[in-house]
Amino acid sequence: MLGFINILLAGIAYGFVLFLMAGGLSITLGLMKFANMAHAAFAMVGGYSAALLIAKADVPFVPAVIGAAFIAALTGALFERVLFHRFYRAPELEQVLMTIGVVYVAIAGATYFVGPEQIAISVPAWLEGNVPLGVLEINNYRAFLILVGLALLGGVVGFIERTTFGAKIRAAVANRRMTASCGIDVDRLYTAAFALGSALAGLGGALSVKLIGLDPYFPIKFLTELLIVVSVGGLGSLGGTFVAAILFGVVDVAGKYLFPEAGGFILYAAALIVLTVRPQGLAGPQL
Amino acid sequence: MTAVDIVLVRKAIRERARWRSLEIAFWVAAACSYFLFPTHLVLLTQIIISGLFAMSLDLLLGYGGIPSFGHAAFFGLGAYTAGLLAAHGWGEPLSGLLAGGAVAGATGLLFSIVIARVHGAAMLMVTMCVGLLVYEAASRTPWLTGGDTGLQGIAMWPVLGRFEFDLFGKTAFWYAYAVAFALYLAARRYVSSPEGLALEGMRENPTRIASLAISSAKRKMIAFTVSATLAGFAGALLAQTTQIVALETLSFDRSVSTLIMLVVGGLGSLIGGFLGAALFVWLRDILSALNPVYWMFWLGLILIGMMLSARGGLVGGVALLSKRMRAMIGSAT
Repeated sequence: MLGFINILLAGIAYGFVLFLMAGGLSITLGLMKFANMAHAAFAMVGGYSAALLIAKADVPFVPAVIGAAFIAALTGALFERVLFHRFYRAPELEQVLMTIGVVYVAIAGATYFVGPEQIAISVPAWLEGNVPLGVLEINNYRAFLILVGLALLGGVVGFIERTTFGAKIRAAVANRRMTASCGIDVDRLYTAAFALGSALAGLGGALSVKLIGLDPYFPIKFLTELLIVVSVGGLGSLGGTFVAAILFGVVDVAGKYLFPEAGGFILYAAALIVLTVRPQGLAGPQL
Repeated sequence: MTAVDIVLVRKAIRERARWRSLEIAFWVAAACSYFLFPTHLVLLTQIIISGLFAMSLDLLLGYGGIPSFGHAAFFGLGAYTAGLLAAHGWGEPLSGLLAGGAVAGATGLLFSIVIARVHGAAMLMVTMCVGLLVYEAASRTPWLTGGDTGLQGIAMWPVLGRFEFDLFGKTAFWYAYAVAFALYLAARRYVSSPEGLALEGMRENPTRIASLAISSAKRKMIAFTVSATLAGFAGALLAQTTQIVALETLSFDRSVSTLIMLVVGGLGSLIGGFLGAALFVWLRDILSALNPVYWMFWLGLILIGMMLSARGGLVGGVALLSKRMRAMIGSAT
């Protein structure tokens, strides 16, 4: 029983890591309807920024992670301004291929500048060790991830659904010209939304290094995972993305512990079944 | 429909089935390359096989407008089927090829029931899941597939009982060439048949096709099955000519590279897949030899550049060029 709960906790913690990254994708792909295959590349930018800030510049952990989110946001905004904004009205396939091009360039860039080997991140002492919780012991870092994830879920859902910023984005996606004629600067709005999505990616990337490591192939390895989470959750629904991320984490970790010979098979079969029965995802609007 | 209309329609259908110079040029050039680059036969065979695979995706994406992120599933299924047959004592090439196509096609038919239900972005996700699922299945059954080390011990019998597979890849080249060309002819028939017309009609305007009492779901299922079968043939060819099957044949990477080859070559032309494969495989060979990371960098830049500028890939580019040339010649005389 205890073992089972531990597996469950490990799965939930992994789910939170996925949610941190997929939350950003839920904004760019789900809300802005931009087929952003390069999302995990911005997460990688965050991961490398945090790891290098700590290792090379001796920045403490928390400021380094926040800095990483900022760097990822700036990188995202830059790409959006220079490249991505030209593709908002292009067919989906062109968006997919263009952003895959960005992924390849990012992999090459990371290999060239940082090196092909996997890197680790050092975390402060207060995140090492375990915290007792009744009969259980929870790894400090996992508890930290869960807290950050919950705070972020509340913050971002509130931001998108309760503020005028979120309302403006949804309005601009529904009818760009009408929104612009209401005096809203849609270009700036999109850049800001894209930066927000990338910031979340960067934050998720920075916090995930400790659990899953980081190497230049990260953007392509996690692309499939994140796409499954966002589409199973339902495009445009952060709540759905959250539920899907936790489910994904639990099914993945439990599946690998309990049926090691099946590997990811159970997970992909489950995702396929969900997408067949509900193509719009768990929380997506009825098609 | 009046008699004149019928004549016009027949003319339009004939026009669609006409051989274009680019198609003839490719198949002639491919045959000539055997004599021009006798030391690169393995690479040339790779190009033909990758081109055949890209063409199978073209039927789906170029003609049917159905994107797939997991088409390598069918390529790999064909490869493993042919490979397993040969590794377990049945090395006859043509029947192995047919078996590869049949298994991939049957699996495609099975998944097409799911595929016919979804549209747009969900289609990408569903096909991606199909691809990942088949990959996992193969990687978790090493007793059957050889797992990470790949399927080894493939021993091929001579083609038609006559032509032994040789070390230089001469037989492999002509075998792949003949099979790919035959399947190219078959695919041409398919796209210029009423079935192919209905498929394109569905891509252009699904509502109107439905009002003509043509079932979109059925068109999709047929296209998906045909495409999966062709992908299976391509995979079987790879297994038979290289005599090894790696997990890579099923990977997400292979699905994406094939998509890239097709788009670089040009969608909806059948020959585009082959042209794209030629450029892609050749460039990859040169650039990867320098450094695999260079290749990724340039591939990324080329993709971004292509999406920013020219539409229509190589086929579109050549069409544009020949139009301009004709205009120049026209104004000169």
